[in-house]
Amino acid sequence: MSADTTSTAPLAAARAPALLRRHWLWLAAIVLALAIPWLFFDWSKGRHSGFALTMLSEIGLMSVFALSFNMLMGQTGLLSFGHAILFGLGGYCTAHTLNAAKAGLFWLPVELIPLAGGLGGLVFGAVFGYVVTKQRATAFAMITMGLGELVAACALMFMGFFGGEGGISTDRVTGQSLFGIEYSTPWQVYCLVVAWTVIATMLMRLQTQTPLGRMANAQRDNFERTQFVGYDPRMIRFYQFTLSGFFAGIGGALYVLVYEIVTFDTVAAAKSATALLAAYIGGAGSFLGPFLGTIVVVLLQSGVSLISNAWLLYVGVLFIVMVMFAPGGIMGIVARHEPIARMGRLGELAVPYARILPPGLLLVLGFVTLVELAQLATIGSAQNKSLAIGGQPIDPHNGLPWAIGAAMLVAGGLWMRREARVFRARWDALMEEAKARGLPV
Amino acid sequence: MEVFLVSLLNGLVYGMLLFMLASGLTLILSMMGVLNFAHASAYMLGAYFAFTISQHIGFWPALIIAPLLCGLLGAMIEMYGLRRVHRNGHIAELLFTFGLALIIEKVVQMTWGLLPVPYRVPAGLDFPLFSIYGTQFPAYRAFMLLISLLMFGAIWLGLTRTRIGLVIQAALTHPDMVGALGHNVPRVFTTVFAAGTALAGLAGVIGGNYQVTEPAMAFTMGPIVFVVVVFGGLGSLTGCFIASLMMGLIQTFAVVLDYSPADLLRQFGIIVTSATPFHEVLTVPLPRVGALLPFLLLILILVFKPRGLMGTRDT
Repeated sequence: MSADTTSTAPLAAARAPALLRRHWLWLAAIVLALAIPWLFFDWSKGRHSGFALTMLSEIGLMSVFALSFNMLMGQTGLLSFGHAILFGLGGYCTAHTLNAAKAGLFWLPVELIPLAGGLGGLVFGAVFGYVVTKQRATAFAMITMGLGELVAACALMFMGFFGGEGGISTDRVTGQSLFGIEYSTPWQVYCLVVAWTVIATMLMRLQTQTPLGRMANAQRDNFERTQFVGYDPRMIRFYQFTLSGFFAGIGGALYVLVYEIVTFDTVAAAKSATALLAAYIGGAGSFLGPFLGTIVVVLLQSGVSLISNAWLLYVGVLFIVMVMFAPGGIMGIVARHEPIARMGRLGELAVPYARILPPGLLLVLGFVTLVELAQLATIGSAQNKSLAIGGQPIDPHNGLPWAIGAAMLVAGGLWMRREARVFRARWDALMEEAKARGLPV
Repeated sequence: MEVFLVSLLNGLVYGMLLFMLASGLTLILSMMGVLNFAHASAYMLGAYFAFTISQHIGFWPALIIAPLLCGLLGAMIEMYGLRRVHRNGHIAELLFTFGLALIIEKVVQMTWGLLPVPYRVPAGLDFPLFSIYGTQFPAYRAFMLLISLLMFGAIWLGLTRTRIGLVIQAALTHPDMVGALGHNVPRVFTTVFAAGTALAGLAGVIGGNYQVTEPAMAFTMGPIVFVVVVFGGLGSLTGCFIASLMMGLIQTFAVVLDYSPADLLRQFGIIVTSATPFHEVLTVPLPRVGALLPFLLLILILVFKPRGLMGTRDT
């Protein structure tokens, strides 16, 4: 008996660091998520920056949505063009639940409200999933697109549930809480969003390791062989679709908690497209790719849209570049360095990388200049916006800025081509060596 | 009767416009397996090109130049974009065209502005051709019908009477075999892609001033064209033709017939009031449902008959 206790105590003590080593990324992410808002804290007024908190909350809820989208695209090989309907319908369910709780119909703490959205997403996921999972590949993409358009049109048609163009507004301060928190400040809501983002992300991560998650991968890679093993690929697709509806619903619920309103554009095609862009840019092949992609997309969206309307163009171009040159997304690019890192010769790539940096910057700068000039000439002038660099106003109807932009673009492109050849040679040589050493390339 | 005839003519005009768009998409989808999201963008570009050209030189040159520009663009997209993406599979190709559609929409917004442009019917065609029961039928619609019929004839002759047409027909169903026989299949692909895009551009030229030329026109037209293609079935131009006309007629008639399920129930003595459960669903008038019908059809067809009307294989 006593021997037992003495032997387990050191074991538990030894396990704690092991646990820390395995899950340090999660802890680091949580600490980082809670620390970043303090960088934008306005010490003179003693309050948080509303813009930063909204942006970070948006990253949190959109990453849940993008990860749930990737449960279909990356994990199961199903490309959905209507995933936002689950996000939006989850949001509508949440808004109605929140209003009912506020009216005193039942007691439900705000902390558990996202579950209402999740359940809404789950139910709608099961209903729609039954129809759409009959198909796969291109037919699945088209059928989800049709469904997305259908629900988006219904959202404008039926006032009772969707509230028409005005949407459903709600109030998150219901006075019902597990911890006695009111959720009247953006900081409190942000903490709730972080908590639920972590919970949902962990659950989705765990789901990839369940038999269902594994079979979803098998179904993606070869659905005929899945059948031979004795699984019904359609049921795998159905369960996966329904579960991803649950998580998309949680994302929609967080949206409602942050913005306190849900309108028909949460179900619209543009929302689905955002998840697709985020998941693909980040890397659909890895679990955390959509998370990275969401950060990129939301930063571009919030940052660029302050000065111009062109954020979707930048995201679109980034997306096309990824589709053409790096199908694995950002995470894919990182993963390709692995054999070189294993040889411990990552340092040899530093100089080639440094050499392609200036032409790359020049290329991007030229492109951005041209895009901003173009949008300034039409949309910007219609909105009475003007651009000034260093106090010098830039006239988009003047030829000079256009010429500078075009020159930067062309020069950057030509220079990039030269440097890319050098880079390529170095890269290929390192890869050859890795192959020779028997490392997986 | 009056409403019926006028709607029939309008439906026919709209259906032929749809066919001009859908025929190219059917060929591209059946041959290359690429669900081309940028197809409707070519339609939009055609309208915008025609608007700009008709401001400078006139409508008639625009009728030729704008589709050619679109076709050129299509050839470049196929040669420098799609071929590169091709080895990553069909989904990658689909995503590529999807990104392209996004970019084209933004570029159009940045070039021509967010608001609709005043692309009008040319003055030479802006008169009523004849009137049925007091309703005037504009000459421009007759002109649209004429152009689309000419185009239909040209496609049909081209596909059945020329050598390249026969190769395309063969490549529709057996692309590998055609390649094995020594035909340059990639070049056939480029030709078809360029021709399809040019047709979409032509549809834009004559459809842009019939409807509204605005940056959102691609994303409203795109799904409807997909519906037509799926409905008609892969690998069948005849099916595509029938589906286009049907879709045109359905959408036109749905706008005219102002009935709701409540009216039907009234025939059986059930009066729907605001107290009836689902009264919102029951009182929706048909014109409002009209916009939904294509998508409903798309879902039903893909679930129950993925082969479409006259398709040779599943979508």
